[in-house]
Amino acid sequence: MKSLRGYLDKIKPKFEKGGKFEKFHSTFEAFESFMFVPDTVTTKGTHIRDANDMKRTMTVVVLALVPALLFGMWNVGYQHFLSIGQESSLWQTFFTGFISVLPIIVVSYVVGLGIEFAFAQYRGHEVNEGFLVTGMLIPLVLPVDVPLWMVALATAFAVIIGKEVFGGTGMNIFNPALTARAFLFFAYPSYMSGNEVWTHGMMKGEGIIDSFTGATPLAEAAAGNINNLPSVSDMFFGFMPGSIGETSTLAILIGAAILLFTGVGSARIMISTVVGGLVMGLILNIFAVNPYMEVPAYQHLMLGGFAFGAVFMATDPVSAAQTANGKIIYGFLIGFLAILIRVLNPAYPEGMMLAILLMNVFAPLIDHYVIESNINKRLKRVKVQVKVQE
Amino acid sequence: MSQVIKIKKGLNINLLGEAEKIIKKADQAEYYAVKPTDFKGIRPKLVVKVGDKVKAGSPLFFDKLQPEILFVSPVSGEITAINRGERRVIQEVIIHSDEKIDYHEFKVSDPKTLTRDEIILILLESGMWPLLRQRPYSVIANPKDTPKSIFISAFDTAPLAPDMDFVVSDDTAMFQKGIDVLSKLTTGTIHLNLNADYPVAEAYNQAKGVLKNYFTGPHPTGNVGVQINKIDPINKGDIIWYTYPQEVIAIGRLFEKGIYDVTKTVAITGSEIIHPKYLKIINGASIKSLLKENVKSGNNRFISGNVLTGTKISNEGFISFYDNQITVIPEGKYFEFFGWALPGIQKYSASRTFLSWLMPGKKYTLDTNLHGGHRAFVMTNEYDKVFPMDIYPVHLIKAILAEDIELMEKLGIYEVDEEDFALCEFVCTSKIDVQSIIRKGLDLTRVEMS
Repeated sequence: MKSLRGYLDKIKPKFEKGGKFEKFHSTFEAFESFMFVPDTVTTKGTHIRDANDMKRTMTVVVLALVPALLFGMWNVGYQHFLSIGQESSLWQTFFTGFISVLPIIVVSYVVGLGIEFAFAQYRGHEVNEGFLVTGMLIPLVLPVDVPLWMVALATAFAVIIGKEVFGGTGMNIFNPALTARAFLFFAYPSYMSGNEVWTHGMMKGEGIIDSFTGATPLAEAAAGNINNLPSVSDMFFGFMPGSIGETSTLAILIGAAILLFTGVGSARIMISTVVGGLVMGLILNIFAVNPYMEVPAYQHLMLGGFAFGAVFMATDPVSAAQTANGKIIYGFLIGFLAILIRVLNPAYPEGMMLAILLMNVFAPLIDHYVIESNINKRLKRVKVQVKVQE
Repeated sequence: MSQVIKIKKGLNINLLGEAEKIIKKADQAEYYAVKPTDFKGIRPKLVVKVGDKVKAGSPLFFDKLQPEILFVSPVSGEITAINRGERRVIQEVIIHSDEKIDYHEFKVSDPKTLTRDEIILILLESGMWPLLRQRPYSVIANPKDTPKSIFISAFDTAPLAPDMDFVVSDDTAMFQKGIDVLSKLTTGTIHLNLNADYPVAEAYNQAKGVLKNYFTGPHPTGNVGVQINKIDPINKGDIIWYTYPQEVIAIGRLFEKGIYDVTKTVAITGSEIIHPKYLKIINGASIKSLLKENVKSGNNRFISGNVLTGTKISNEGFISFYDNQITVIPEGKYFEFFGWALPGIQKYSASRTFLSWLMPGKKYTLDTNLHGGHRAFVMTNEYDKVFPMDIYPVHLIKAILAEDIELMEKLGIYEVDEEDFALCEFVCTSKIDVQSIIRKGLDLTRVEMS
């Protein structure tokens, strides 16, 4: 550790202005601060600072994603062996999933971080940590058999168009991970929907047994096959086809617990999203005219990307509403719209992605009205006072 | 009737080095200084030069913008240095103190018989006036204004702050006299804001002519800005004056004895102090003599004030005009190998992102490391948790960064001061210098409005 520090100190001048590798300053800085929290001290304002920084915060989010990731890997293997009708051990199942998911994660990080580093250097900034989370979110919301070049393309699109054109982390309007997914969804719909994409090996179609359809519960429901929905416990634990990380409500709840306990995630958004989903679900139940509308409201929360979206996507602090009250409205509308789109719009079997992206657009507007009400309260105070004096 | 106001938002940072409840009279320091930089928004014009002899109460400089506001020497002696900083801005006027202090004599009079104008004149001439400050902008009060009320915050909730009940306990008469002076200055109420959690000092209990408000809650409950926001919020055009108990006592002494006597009790605190305790000093004293043989060795940061809002000074620096506390903490300046990834059982954080939440109530030695790099705003509602006013802190900060004065006004710039945002700065994940942004906003609006 000391020798590493010594080595870094030795090569550091080469990356400073005027040095040989000046062009890689941001890259050097990123690696250096990755290994060593910098030795900068406070110069003005408070003399002491909280130990928490952006790296730590983002690490916590990645940590919260790990249960969903691990279960997702296992489930990929499980669905695969189910589709070919074979028994397999726990390790075999997990390993199959691991081998199929790992390349997607690697591609997402390599492409995304590469672009981030380039932009940081171009702008003369430090590399932002935001992509540490985005790079993990992107694989978790994709189907397992998505071609890797598509992952690369979608990641590049998300980072450049979704984030960097707005000025980088902290300035973006849309959630970058969902931007990537939406890009693929509209550009390559055949790889992002249908029954074959969700199970590893099914696109090739070799050795698939006849009884296995690969259809996600939402696809079944949209087709009117309500009887084919998995049992409630299967929904909760996640034994069903779907995007890699989104099937297990339990794993997502563990992630939610980590986010809420550490104070990194917003409880307001998570709870109001769930409430919004439940309210819409109940409304649909009351006015049910077809079997899909009769699906109990609480089951909607465990299907598709609802839970994952509510916990990890809607809570993205940059693209969400920023005021406390705004967050409640924002979350509620996400849940409300997600179920509405899901059940009543036949074109999109899943509404969560679109609901969140739509509310990303409206978040600044919601904040605007919350802030206006605060301003009006202040103005009213003046009027009350004038009255009293009269 | 008095009311108890409960404040929930905020944060008490548990630090090591709280002052023991012992007051010692400090030996008279060799050097004293008045620092123009302690007074926001003034343009000092010197009236003395090096080598001049001064008495305690003789003017050293005045404010070019408001020439009637004088800044005087706290002791008698000889001017030995006038230190200037960048662009020749005066930093310190240093006085080598006589062994026995020779006081300039002012008129002794009973404030009850004086008119408002006479009182203002005495305060201005004697150099006591700068003890009164105003909101908005948190600058020295303008003698031409009449404030709608005067606030005295009689408790301090900042980290390791002195116990303001303890330091004034035996000054009941002088405190009352000071209140009598202040009561002539406003047509409104004098709010004496006290803590509701433990018995308050006799001086406060027996004070007459004030409205006592009781507060309970974590820091920044003791900040006068928070108290104003809860009791008598500032709207555009309003002016509130504020001061602190030891300042009130000094004003009382001026009218009782006719001398500029700014003796006060300060807390010597911080993890690097061997015996944290209280010292009775004359304002402006060099900390060199106050701290001798009481500081642990090592690279330390000396702060006049508390760790959140104080000023960095050298180990031979001087206590600032408004501070009641000296804090010494270790300097950081070290690299941390994978510091962001470690469990962090020893690290202090307001969030629970480090495992130190396993040990609630632990007292910490915190150093001056920034613990990360500067970033854009990412996290939200972080500031809200430690900012108890009905104001949206991040939106106000963004309005200041955009230099949108109209929006700053709407979002409540008149109600705030840097110190109210100190905790926001402390918890900020993006390590944004919140306090200096707020100061910039205050300066901008002040220039625009004058």
